[in-house]
Amino acid sequence: MLNQKELNQLEKFTTEIRLETLKEIKNLGFGHIGGAMSIVETLAVLYGKVMKIKPKEPQWEDRDWLVVSKGHAGPAVYATLALKGYFSMEELMTLNKPKTNLPSHCDRNKTIGIDMTTGSLGQGMSTAIGIALGNRLDRRDSYTYLIIGDGECDEGQVWEGALFAHHHKLDHLITFIDANKKQLDGYTKDINDLGDIAQKFTSFGWYAQDVNGADVAKIYEAIEKVKEVKGQPSVIILDTIKGQGIKFVEETMANHHMRFSAADHKAAEQCIIELENRLKEYQVLKQIKN
Amino acid sequence: MTILLAKNNIKEEIEMRNAYCQTLIELAKKNDQIVVLDADLMSSMGMIPFLEAFPERTFNCGVQEANMIGIAAGLSATGKIPYAHTFGPFATRRCYDQVFLSGAYTKSNIRIIGSDPGVTAAYNGGTHMPFEDMGIMRNIPEMTVLEPTDSIMLIDIIKQLAKLYGMFYIRLLRSNAVKIYKEGTTFKIGKAVKLKKGKDVTIIANGIMVAEALHSAHMLEEKGISTRVLDMITLKPIDKEEIIACAKETGAIVTVENHNMINGLGSAVAEVLAENIPTPMERVGVKDLFGEVGPADYLKERFELTANDIVRKVEKILKRR
Repeated sequence: MLNQKELNQLEKFTTEIRLETLKEIKNLGFGHIGGAMSIVETLAVLYGKVMKIKPKEPQWEDRDWLVVSKGHAGPAVYATLALKGYFSMEELMTLNKPKTNLPSHCDRNKTIGIDMTTGSLGQGMSTAIGIALGNRLDRRDSYTYLIIGDGECDEGQVWEGALFAHHHKLDHLITFIDANKKQLDGYTKDINDLGDIAQKFTSFGWYAQDVNGADVAKIYEAIEKVKEVKGQPSVIILDTIKGQGIKFVEETMANHHMRFSAADHKAAEQCIIELENRLKEYQVLKQIKN
Repeated sequence: MTILLAKNNIKEEIEMRNAYCQTLIELAKKNDQIVVLDADLMSSMGMIPFLEAFPERTFNCGVQEANMIGIAAGLSATGKIPYAHTFGPFATRRCYDQVFLSGAYTKSNIRIIGSDPGVTAAYNGGTHMPFEDMGIMRNIPEMTVLEPTDSIMLIDIIKQLAKLYGMFYIRLLRSNAVKIYKEGTTFKIGKAVKLKKGKDVTIIANGIMVAEALHSAHMLEEKGISTRVLDMITLKPIDKEEIIACAKETGAIVTVENHNMINGLGSAVAEVLAENIPTPMERVGVKDLFGEVGPADYLKERFELTANDIVRKVEKILKRR
């Protein structure tokens, strides 16, 4: 369990990631905002508390790895990495501009701290499995974290991997399904109804948990629980909202990729002020405690 | 590169798959980063001895070609050196996006072995007969595409690949090849081998068609046509310098491949000639057709891939010149 201080820190980190992600996309005027926002809490828990990493030594052999298979969530990952010091905060404003190191989809050859290139959906499942196998062969205790979208679960490759990871007892592979209930063309239930995702993975032999994906404490607890599970892979299904935490995005139906209108820009400006104010509150909280 | 040619071009005693497996076992003993993946064709590929020698480093993924290639990319990211095999069509078109993206785009280090090239898929028929595999792999940036001709070349190439980094597609005959080289021969990836001198025409072949090319060259010599033969080991990067030299010196080129003429050896050679030294050229290869079932020898006739077909093309080109 997280103590109050740790909880406050993670909530603050969540706010920072959300703010910087919004600023990146607003600066560009368009982007995959919906699915970037829905994994912000998870990224905060992973990079703020759970993952064994050295930002100044991104290729550290004994690190934990993260594969963001839903590669279009890149902007949220970049914000997290910059906040952790993998690269400068200024670089965030280069998102998708010519010669940037921060392309729409995660690219390990371009961005410091990105462990695997993703973008063609479903493929992160297999590469994450390969990474987990490689680390196990080398007798490393590293965990491989994997984030998959719920819409992405349409891909057969996800289920090929589900079968394989169970057969090979990959207990150091921890998968999150970002169940934000929407894919590009609409609600997942209207396109390819996924039904009960946890049940599906359970039937493949995985240890599955349903968790509120907006609650950093719950996400952390779920990961801690998973680490007790031996001999099987684990999945944490994150109940999230596409566009999570950014009201005007949440309220936009087609929010997989948004091109900001003048009204969106205005709403985003308001959100930025709100998020900045919230950060100031954490600052005040810290000062009071000191 | 040291080339020693066999006196007689007869079937080798060792099957290509056994040469492959034995070489990998030998390499894996010295290099603990080598890992093997397969998609439920380990027995067909004769890889059970590897599995027995290195069970922990062997991953039979089951019938999951896409997953296999992705896993290979992940293993590569942790420093492993994966050798992944399945039949040619499944190693290429079945998992093209995984090879392209998880493999090549990420700059991974993977050797993909696609067995049963073209007509040698024989009784597995059209569904399993890759006439397009080299072409589609050639289309991937930075991919090296090659086809070992006999076991001597295969062993040397596999050993070389263990020391290189990158994406490689190795098109591999599983059964016995026709012996072209003698032990002690060493090859250079990207360099063609001149098998026979000649000044009237150059035949450029790869894979099983090298033996046919040599056979046809002897038939042509009897007709008084001085025929040069090149073994184009590597489709990509292609040996541009040697092609240009042959065009200059013989003035006529015939390409010979157990593959669709489109985007295979004929296309690659034509690109070099057209851009550098336009030269009369003819192609022997599959004329944009699907495969069919039957014995390989029958299929060679059916798809016009025999020494006689090569002779006809050479005679045609000499009239054009």
